[in-house]
Amino acid sequence: MNPEPATTKAAQDQLDAHVREIMQWHFSPETGSPFWLDWAKKAGWNPATEVKGFADLLRFPHFQDEWLRDLPNEVWVPKKYQGRPFNIFETGGTTGMPKQRIGWDDYKVDYEEFSGKIANEHFPRGGAWLMVGPTGPRRLRLAIEHLANFRGSSCYFVDLDPRWVKKVISQKHFEQARAYMDHVVDQAAVILKHRKVSGLFTTPKLLEALGEKIDLYGAGIRGVFCGGTTMAPQAVRFIVEEVLENRIGFYPTYGNTLMGLAASVPLRKEDNFSITYYAPQPRAVLRVVDANNTSQTKNYGEWGRVELTTLTKEFFMPRFLERDEAIRREPRAPYAWDGVAEVRPFGAMEKNIVEGVY
Amino acid sequence: MTPLPHIPALRRGRPYESLDQINIVDHRTGTPLVSISQVNAGIIRKDLARIGESRAALKKFTTAQLIEISAQAGELFLNGTLPLGDKGHTQSAKEYWETLSATSGLPHVMVRRNMAKIHHALTNMRTILNGLTRGLELGILDQGYGEQFGTPVSYYPTTQGLGLVMPSNSPAVNSLWLPAIALKMPVIIKPGKEEPWTPLRLIQAFMAAGCPPEAFGFYPTDHEGAGEILKSCGRALIFGDKSTTDRYAGNPAIQIHGPGYSKILIGEDLIECWPDYIDLMAASIADNGGRSCINASTVVAPKYGAEIADALARKLGPITPLPATDENARLSGFANVKMAEYIDGAIEQDLKTPGAVEVTAKYRNGPRKVMLEGGIYLRPTIVLCNSFAHPLANREFLCPYASMVEVPQAEMLRQIGPSLVVTAITKDPVFTEQLLESPLIERLNLGPISTMKISWDQPHEGNMFEFLYKRRSIDRA
Repeated sequence: MNPEPATTKAAQDQLDAHVREIMQWHFSPETGSPFWLDWAKKAGWNPATEVKGFADLLRFPHFQDEWLRDLPNEVWVPKKYQGRPFNIFETGGTTGMPKQRIGWDDYKVDYEEFSGKIANEHFPRGGAWLMVGPTGPRRLRLAIEHLANFRGSSCYFVDLDPRWVKKVISQKHFEQARAYMDHVVDQAAVILKHRKVSGLFTTPKLLEALGEKIDLYGAGIRGVFCGGTTMAPQAVRFIVEEVLENRIGFYPTYGNTLMGLAASVPLRKEDNFSITYYAPQPRAVLRVVDANNTSQTKNYGEWGRVELTTLTKEFFMPRFLERDEAIRREPRAPYAWDGVAEVRPFGAMEKNIVEGVY
Repeated sequence: MTPLPHIPALRRGRPYESLDQINIVDHRTGTPLVSISQVNAGIIRKDLARIGESRAALKKFTTAQLIEISAQAGELFLNGTLPLGDKGHTQSAKEYWETLSATSGLPHVMVRRNMAKIHHALTNMRTILNGLTRGLELGILDQGYGEQFGTPVSYYPTTQGLGLVMPSNSPAVNSLWLPAIALKMPVIIKPGKEEPWTPLRLIQAFMAAGCPPEAFGFYPTDHEGAGEILKSCGRALIFGDKSTTDRYAGNPAIQIHGPGYSKILIGEDLIECWPDYIDLMAASIADNGGRSCINASTVVAPKYGAEIADALARKLGPITPLPATDENARLSGFANVKMAEYIDGAIEQDLKTPGAVEVTAKYRNGPRKVMLEGGIYLRPTIVLCNSFAHPLANREFLCPYASMVEVPQAEMLRQIGPSLVVTAITKDPVFTEQLLESPLIERLNLGPISTMKISWDQPHEGNMFEFLYKRRSIDRA
């Protein structure tokens, strides 16, 4: 059911208020970070006083993620966080210096909120979790463990290094990629055989491969929290009907180190397995924009490029153009803001994109 | 009933409508003619895990019963009105050839000839199995063992299903897998993108004739899905160009059907009579639109190369595309326009290498690549090459194309390379013996026989029975 207009208006007002608060924070010398204070000086305008709401963020240019690779991490530390050690989280990358985002508590806030969106029936409190996916320097690793802990659970881990997978696939060493995937899945199957686990985080490809190796329901899995790559409707249907056999709860998500976590609304019959994600507003906002005129959002039901704005006290990132495209969807309860659906790599219809096995 | 038919995947015979569908269009107008469900590799893997059930369903029948079912399927395929998809549509024989022609570019007359070949194979299955098994008493396959020529024999299956990654170029290639059903082997088919029609109609014909649906997997899918069929079926056939088939060379579980490089060789003893064989050569090059691996792609003669090339060019060069409905149509359109552009470009590029001249050009009065009623066609091309070293000398393209190379008879077998079919126009006993000894030739026609002639009781490209069954030693107390 779509939310009432009053509800969407309230959500918009809340977002505008949040934007003003975040602008005050990042562009005030008492609280802001060196990067943004310096940026404002050069830009010749003061976001702290001139930005009245989300629409005014269009005055910012698109955030350049190279800044996260080329500049020292310290430039992103807000004054109020100085002296407090930070976590360093890295994005994908295959070669060279990776992009890094620093943080303190954002991931905990995001995942504690997400905890309220998963059912106890699928992720019983106290029941162990298994994460099979990219750990290493990724925010996701700490986030999943925190989510499990927050629900009174512990978490096992099996790592998958996506940089290695991308490298071997781009070199057309498909057998190596397959062998590596088997290696990862074998380890996960061993854990599931020898330990009592009820919640699983993994990626669609790994989930499928794990489902071929082991009876997931029989092994005790009751809920799967999934993310990482494209999940087209037919792929979702296959997972729901044939991998999870309509018996295990499925929670697809869209997220990354820069945003956090966009949860999906539960599938209805009429969705035909098309998944729509909603950003954790007001801490992050997703827009589906015209790739050739990024100040314009696309109409509902149309494909466009995904633009992310992150608005927390730890990190401000305006109008970052993701390397993804999606369908713009209308607000849907419990979310009173726009959703993004059927996310896939930007330009996926025109060229082959290496997404790898994860 | 929706106006556009939908072809579902068939999972052990059961229709499966995917959320992922593509339209197949008329190659001339772009009008969608059908939507077809696409499945992911995971679905194929999941179904293959239960392939034993499919084989069990076929094993309930005797070989003799399956031969009878094949014959009935042949009649239904040729003349019947069969279900088309899962939205209540049907397809008559006429609708089949019209639609296949529209999506693949083959003229109606060629589709009907291909239909006749398939019909012949299905209705002569006993003869075919006799050829494949070298006269094995077929009851032995039902029992698993028996006695033949006074010797105990036993055969076991090498797999539980036969995978097929099919092409779109010519419907008659489907006749290769037809014996599998009578041999009690389920088939897992990935149809060619522009040609789902023939395998689907064959499956419907088999099922209407009483074959268990479980025997059929029909999976329109992507590269990953095709790879899964090849990897997981235990035994599989793949069709494709050299780059595709090279990947699977040396894999005993995969039978490769790539370019044929079929040839006509004229011996020194009959070379003075070459004009008598021009019609035979032209037919070998151009029949079926030049789309078959058994079309001749090279003519080799000890002399008169220029004269033979000119005579072939004079005969084939003027051929122009005709409407698909024209009974005299001899060229096929290209559903994949990029393929036509690639072939045309490749020939032009290699003609720049010294030592070759296109002889057809002067008889064609126009470009090789032409358009008719919105469809793209490639007109016949004969290239005179000064040696086998020229890049156009031993090539095969999806159109009436052949090179003419002069080579002394004594050198021919050293130079021709692997050849699916060789028609040797000679009566010379020494040359004949050399030809019979050659390991390069899969099928040998001695005398003026078109390379396009095939014998159903003699497999010319892989023996399906030996591919699917192996003999074991057996004794019973």
